[in-house]
Amino acid sequence: MFVARYDRQMRIDGWGVEGQRKLREASVAIVGIGGLGCPVALYLTAAGIGRLKLIDADVVDESNLNRQVLHWTSDIGRPKPESAREKLQQLNSDVEINIACDRLTDENADVVLGDVDVIVDALDNFPTRFVVNSYAVRSGKPLFHGAVWGLEGRATTILPGQTACLSCIFKASPPAEVFPVVGTTPGIVAMIQATEVIKYFTGIGQLLLNRYLIYDGEAMSFHIVRLKRDPNCPVCGFSGR
Amino acid sequence: MPVQVRIPTPLRRLTNDQDLVTVEASTVAEMIEKLEEQFPGVKQRLYDESGQLRQFINIFVDGEDIRFLNGLETPLKESSEVSIIPAIAGGIIN
Repeated sequence: MFVARYDRQMRIDGWGVEGQRKLREASVAIVGIGGLGCPVALYLTAAGIGRLKLIDADVVDESNLNRQVLHWTSDIGRPKPESAREKLQQLNSDVEINIACDRLTDENADVVLGDVDVIVDALDNFPTRFVVNSYAVRSGKPLFHGAVWGLEGRATTILPGQTACLSCIFKASPPAEVFPVVGTTPGIVAMIQATEVIKYFTGIGQLLLNRYLIYDGEAMSFHIVRLKRDPNCPVCGFSGR
Repeated sequence: MPVQVRIPTPLRRLTNDQDLVTVEASTVAEMIEKLEEQFPGVKQRLYDESGQLRQFINIFVDGEDIRFLNGLETPLKESSEVSIIPAIAGGIIN
């Protein structure tokens, strides 16, 4: 039933036709179609995910082009979800690609994210991350977190109720800033996020649960710190319940 | 006792680009004071005006968040590794 397109990945132990079928039945929201979201979308599309929902309210700006690899020079001024969808459809027409040019809020999150299985946090700001995290906890949907700054990146996989959520880890947003970043940093972090999504659906390997992975591109090293659920977390806390 | 401190990229300009710094300290609070002596400006990046650790900054000792240990009074052992981990990508100023 699956063409040569997926042959090489189906040869991975534990993947096969069944793993590919699971991927084809999966739906993934990518929140933020920028430095992280573009490569996540590109590789999930190549892998034959069933349906992607690309969510971003911004249009392509020239200053995005050093890292947001699905947006090209001629796309400047176009809505990012549209620009990304056009290339992804050319890569793999098996994949259904929905778009939403919305800024996520607590008010619209249930509608915008309601029709997907899992969510990829490919955002560039904490206030919206906290909106997505709250929705993930509320709905019980897995959340694949990534963040970048300069040559440093972070990733973790959040299973609400089982692992620390974003609000267990960080109690407040860092200050707003135009932060430095080279395209390779979100490229690397996005590959970790996409790998986690694929592992989640195919059941292969161990997920990055309660572990905060730090990529340090300056030292070229990776390290991990352990995360714990905060019983007093304002979003997922379980003390006194 | 000597402990190793892992400096996050956003603070590395204050540590002469060093990603790992060794200081002599027996608690996390003392470690921050020693860092400040060597690299003035670090403390202000970690503490808010009331002298509390900024809410978007986490410190891990040997991989464990000090919020689940003894906070700034968490003791350090010989060769403990401390990681300073600020939330990154705070958002774009339009």
